[in-house]
Amino acid sequence: MPVPMIEAADVVKSFTVRTRSGGPRRTRTSVRAVDGVSFTVEPGEFVGYLGPNGAGKSTTIKMLTGILTASAGTLRVCGLDPSRRRTSLARRIGVVFGQRTTLWWDLPLRDSLALVRRLYRVEAAAHRARLAELTALLELEPFLDTPVRQLSLGQRMRGDLAAALLHDPELLVLDEPTIGLDVVSKATVRDFLARVNAERGTTVLLTTHDLGDIERLCRRVMIIDRGRLAYDGGLDALRRTVDADRLLVVELARPGPPVIVDGIEAERVEGPRQWLRLPRAVNAAAVIAALARDHEVRDIALREAGIDEVLAGLYRGDHAYWRSGRPVAP
Amino acid sequence: MGVLPWVWWYGFRRHTAYPLGSLTESLTNTMFGFMRAYVLLALWDVRPSLGGYDAADAVTFCFITQALIGPVQVFGGMELTERIRNGDVAIDLHRPVGLQGWWLADDLGRAAGSLLLRAGPPLLAGALVFPFRAPAPANLAAFAVAGVLAVTVGFGLRYLVALAMFWLHDDRGLNAVTLVMSLFFSGMILPLVVFPGRLGDVARALPWAAQIQVPADVFLGRHTGAGLLGALAFQAMWAALLLGAGALLTRAARRRLVVHGG
Amino acid sequence: MYGVLAWAWIRAAAQYPVSMVLLALATALVTGLDVAAILLLFAHAPRIAGFTAPEVLFLYGTSALAFGISDIVLGTTERLGYHVRQGTLDTMLVRPVSPLVQIATEEFSPRRFGKLVPAVLVLAYALTRVDVAWTAGRAAMVPVMVAAGTAIFGGLWVLTGAVQFVLVDSHGASKSVTYGGGFLTQYPMTMFARDFVRGVTFVVPLAFVNWQPALYVLDRPDPLGLPEAARFASPAVAALVCGAGALAWRAGLRHYRSTGS
Repeated sequence: MPVPMIEAADVVKSFTVRTRSGGPRRTRTSVRAVDGVSFTVEPGEFVGYLGPNGAGKSTTIKMLTGILTASAGTLRVCGLDPSRRRTSLARRIGVVFGQRTTLWWDLPLRDSLALVRRLYRVEAAAHRARLAELTALLELEPFLDTPVRQLSLGQRMRGDLAAALLHDPELLVLDEPTIGLDVVSKATVRDFLARVNAERGTTVLLTTHDLGDIERLCRRVMIIDRGRLAYDGGLDALRRTVDADRLLVVELARPGPPVIVDGIEAERVEGPRQWLRLPRAVNAAAVIAALARDHEVRDIALREAGIDEVLAGLYRGDHAYWRSGRPVAP
Repeated sequence: MGVLPWVWWYGFRRHTAYPLGSLTESLTNTMFGFMRAYVLLALWDVRPSLGGYDAADAVTFCFITQALIGPVQVFGGMELTERIRNGDVAIDLHRPVGLQGWWLADDLGRAAGSLLLRAGPPLLAGALVFPFRAPAPANLAAFAVAGVLAVTVGFGLRYLVALAMFWLHDDRGLNAVTLVMSLFFSGMILPLVVFPGRLGDVARALPWAAQIQVPADVFLGRHTGAGLLGALAFQAMWAALLLGAGALLTRAARRRLVVHGG
Repeated sequence: MYGVLAWAWIRAAAQYPVSMVLLALATALVTGLDVAAILLLFAHAPRIAGFTAPEVLFLYGTSALAFGISDIVLGTTERLGYHVRQGTLDTMLVRPVSPLVQIATEEFSPRRFGKLVPAVLVLAYALTRVDVAWTAGRAAMVPVMVAAGTAIFGGLWVLTGAVQFVLVDSHGASKSVTYGGGFLTQYPMTMFARDFVRGVTFVVPLAFVNWQPALYVLDRPDPLGLPEAARFASPAVAALVCGAGALAWRAGLRHYRSTGS
């Protein structure tokens, strides 16, 4: 039985926050940023980690990578306890922070990577080979000798990715890597990550707000909200399980007033085109049949709720599962 | 003229935003004041009237100069340098207000904030523990003028160094040299009255003396009447010269920016 | 690992050899200002606070050498507060090396060695000129006091750095211990007030950097009247200070990792 890459059991992280309660006295309250989170990640998986701002994503990442020590529960990464075996663990994982670079500002990229090599004690031959490989994959050649502070965001992110993978880690943790990148750069980064996961079997844990990242890369998604894990499973299952509406777009032969089918009224009309929102419970086929029977229909399209709508609904707390606070069965 | 008072105020606000940091800095200033005072007292013990100062003068000199470290910023540095380095200065140059005028107003605001937050503790501590020469009200008024002139001279020097960033790749060497000149010739290391013979004459004529030595002497009441006017004029002369050089250099920098792009 | 990282930084700096040399010279010049101050002082009198110029230069040399070496090795730890504020400490914690080593080697450059130039020159000069009845013991004491002094300053760098884990803005104040300590040990403590000397003997043991051992080398009475044994206590004091520094750092890091930033 292979050892799981990440094992979290009832992990809790609480902070004491001093709040001004109006008067001169400050009360101390204990806030649980992470409140009993449990999950397992097997080697080779590509997991997305989502949640609204302040939900506890960054805190979880910090605990996984050894930056923060957990208040309670057990956490094992690569079989090691991150709070006690920080340096041993650091050797086996790579971390990329989207908002901050891990490289040194004033040094050329090449020198930064040389320093990284020293920090991780990578042998000269292995380093050369790996650097060549990453340079080719990430197209670093044009700016290897540019100081990091002069790099564009996209270039810097590629540099950070190279730095994180230079020592061939088993696990790659990324905290919002595509934030602020242009479309082309995002595509490059995504393709690269997919490749790293597929070809080298590197386990990837990706925190992101970018739904494109999730759709393109993640087979499995964990959603955290207010410190608790609200969902842990596949992307498709998420769509299916959650009460997401579908959108029926129908193009009639002639423009006309909003149609009403089975009690559902079109919510938007633009010329001959009309949009109907179908709740999950409604049988779409029946609606389409009724529409075709009563109106002259030129074209019809049924759109599943986009992942952004699903998540937006979840974040807003629109759904029964979410409100219960219990993890949703996939 | 209209926007400059606001620039001053903004500079003042920015530098009073972290009072805790300033307070801890002034603790170190006070500590160094004590140590320098002891050293000078030991010297004055064997040479009681050196340079026309008595022991109390020497000690007061220590503490007033320590208090001036913040406002006059003898250790150099200016935010402008970083803005030139990363190109943000292009924004500054597009304003209808001149670059030097803008930054002078900002620096005076900074100096005011620094005076408020950092000058108090060293002076207070020195006055309580050591024989201290407190200034007469007339001297204080003159000192205020000398102080503003000192900050302006300091600004002039630092502005020129900052502008050098347009031409230099790395300013650390220049910073180190100007730091040496600044500390040594301003009177921070030892009062210029201690400098023997020719060295002392030269030192007292340089702009750095206008930064620290002159205002300190005004505080001590060593300049009166015509002498006082002479001292202030000396500061004003250097301020004018440095600002003039600054204006010329700004023009050259602007040309360079246009030629070399962003 | 310290050496490996420092060397990597030096390699990066070596790409600009001219700049490197100039900066080293400039650093030497800045450090040399303190010597200029002492020379100016003694231009006016042969003895100050009961000490001659060579004797004070001896104190300066030993102090500046100890301070300089400790500054080279551990001086950058004073930036800890900056790293905490910027979040770059987290970046360091993700790497398999102690954050102390990472901060201490940050931007390591041969330029740092410029700080030693005035110290070495002045100490060499002072040793030839100072009026000492040299014995084996006294001669041995000189390297011992430099080594112990370096360790004491080193421990203080780490200790004051560690305070910034908890009091992130304390750098301004801790400069009075580190740079202040470097300054005051250049001078004979007969200059300072009694209470001050007690403070730097018993509270922050700067007196053991070079003053106490120097009393032995120069054969002078102790103005505080401490027992003879105090003059040989520097290595023990150094061990204590280093221990305190290490403990403080560990505790500070533990605190940071449990409360975040």
